[in-house]
Amino acid sequence: MNVLKMTDIKKSFGGNEVLKGISFHVDKGEVVSIIGTSGGGKSTLLRCATLLETIDDGTISYMGEDVTYYDQNGKLCYAKDLNHFKKFFGLVFQNFNLFPHFSVLKNVMDAPVTVQGRDKAEVKEECMKLLNKMGLGDKADAYPFELSGGQQQRVSIVRALAMKPDILFFDEPTSALDPELTGEVLKVIKALADEKMTMVIVTHEMAFAKAVSDRVVFIDGGIIAEEGAPEEVFGNTKNERTKQFLQSYND
Amino acid sequence: MSLITIILKMCEGLGKTCAIFFLTLLFSLPLGMVISLLRMSKNKIISKITQFAVSVLRGTPLMLQLLAVTYGPYYLFGVSVSRNKLIPVVIAFAINYAAYFSEIYRGGIESISVGQYEAATILGYSKAQTFIRIILPQVVRRILPSVTNEIVTLVKDTSIAFTVSYQEMFTIGKQIANSQTSFTPFLVAGVFYYIFNALVGFVMGIVEKSMSYYKQ
Ligand SMILES: Nc1ncnc2c1ncn2[C@@H]1O[C@H](COP(=O)(O)OP(=O)(O)OP(=O)(O)O)[C@@H](O)[C@H]1O
Ligand SMILES: [Mg+2]
Repeated sequence: MNVLKMTDIKKSFGGNEVLKGISFHVDKGEVVSIIGTSGGGKSTLLRCATLLETIDDGTISYMGEDVTYYDQNGKLCYAKDLNHFKKFFGLVFQNFNLFPHFSVLKNVMDAPVTVQGRDKAEVKEECMKLLNKMGLGDKADAYPFELSGGQQQRVSIVRALAMKPDILFFDEPTSALDPELTGEVLKVIKALADEKMTMVIVTHEMAFAKAVSDRVVFIDGGIIAEEGAPEEVFGNTKNERTKQFLQSYND
Repeated sequence: MSLITIILKMCEGLGKTCAIFFLTLLFSLPLGMVISLLRMSKNKIISKITQFAVSVLRGTPLMLQLLAVTYGPYYLFGVSVSRNKLIPVVIAFAINYAAYFSEIYRGGIESISVGQYEAATILGYSKAQTFIRIILPQVVRRILPSVTNEIVTLVKDTSIAFTVSYQEMFTIGKQIANSQTSFTPFLVAGVFYYIFNALVGFVMGIVEKSMSYYKQ
């Protein structure tokens, strides 16, 4: 089953058409990397998928349930209860966006308790397990400002996981990090991939994308220019745009 | 009149000075939040009207506003001026200070990065939960120094109540000064305000410290 299915997504800002009809799906347990030129629309696609932006045209569904539909007049509408769909996904931001006034443990526990209404003790136990797994067990009582960028990003991954999403989106999770800290975050994502977590990762780390993904999507100028197994896309692509793009990384 | 007598007489007005001070804070702090939310309303008309009202309240003397609230009803509708001047004083002060607080709140709210809202939205927090749990605590922490400034000003502004002869500490002092042709009551008033503000500084220092367990 498709965890996420997007068809023919169009999105403009003012007169600037950023997504020009993108169809995109993710299956359960699949890891999809999105690569592409700057300004190509990768973040916009993730923001549309996570309902931070509204699409102009197209359809979105999670787990076979429609988020958008067309009414009798052919007008695109969003489902009334968007919170229902927010349960399905999580998003890890480039710059973490942790809550600075909450301790690490509170950052990861607060939403499951206050939003999902789950039992506090149970949530705490789960969160501590996740933090320990990510090597953050001793940081539970620290505040975000006391952590390195890599540690903060791992906390934000735990925060997303604590909600038990069916799919996790990452928008350049290591771009805001010093080079020596990217490894620890990529390692954590790799471990999640090994556990068959369904993930969509926008990244500029080509070696990582190649190693971790089941499928690679190359977005250029608001369309999917190429899509395929990492060996195809990175190995011997026949697409001229992909070639040029990958070339620019090797230089 | 001896210094002691002057001090004792002025002390009789201290209760009323404190009444203006605390009641103004009690009403203006929440009212300021309402005004700042109206000011940031997506509805252009509401936001523009609020902006204009705030600019009038901040752009004209509190003394004038106090006179308007106290005597305006009489001149406009022939309503007799209320005996208890505390009511018009607190109304005028609360509205005026709410206008100042609203701009401080707005600055604080707008300084919170959009990423905080987005992270909360993704996690499924409702608008109200986001504001109360995530945004407001950070705003309070950021605006506390500016709020302290306003509170210090309010302590001194309570003296403006003398314009409507409300018998608070400064009004009494001024009456003594007039009848005795003495400057001493003003010096006493100065000392009173200074001590009052030292206390305000002390308390707000504790509050600020209690919130400085994290960095932004
Ligand atoms: N809120 C917005 N308002 C106006 N234009 C926007 C907005 N968000 C994105 N854009 C425009 O949409 C285009 C695509 O942006 P997007 O951030 O999706 O690209 P990207 O592929 O993520 O690039 P990068 O690799 O640099 O992160 C850019 O031209 C950008 O200026
Ligand atoms: Mg981007």
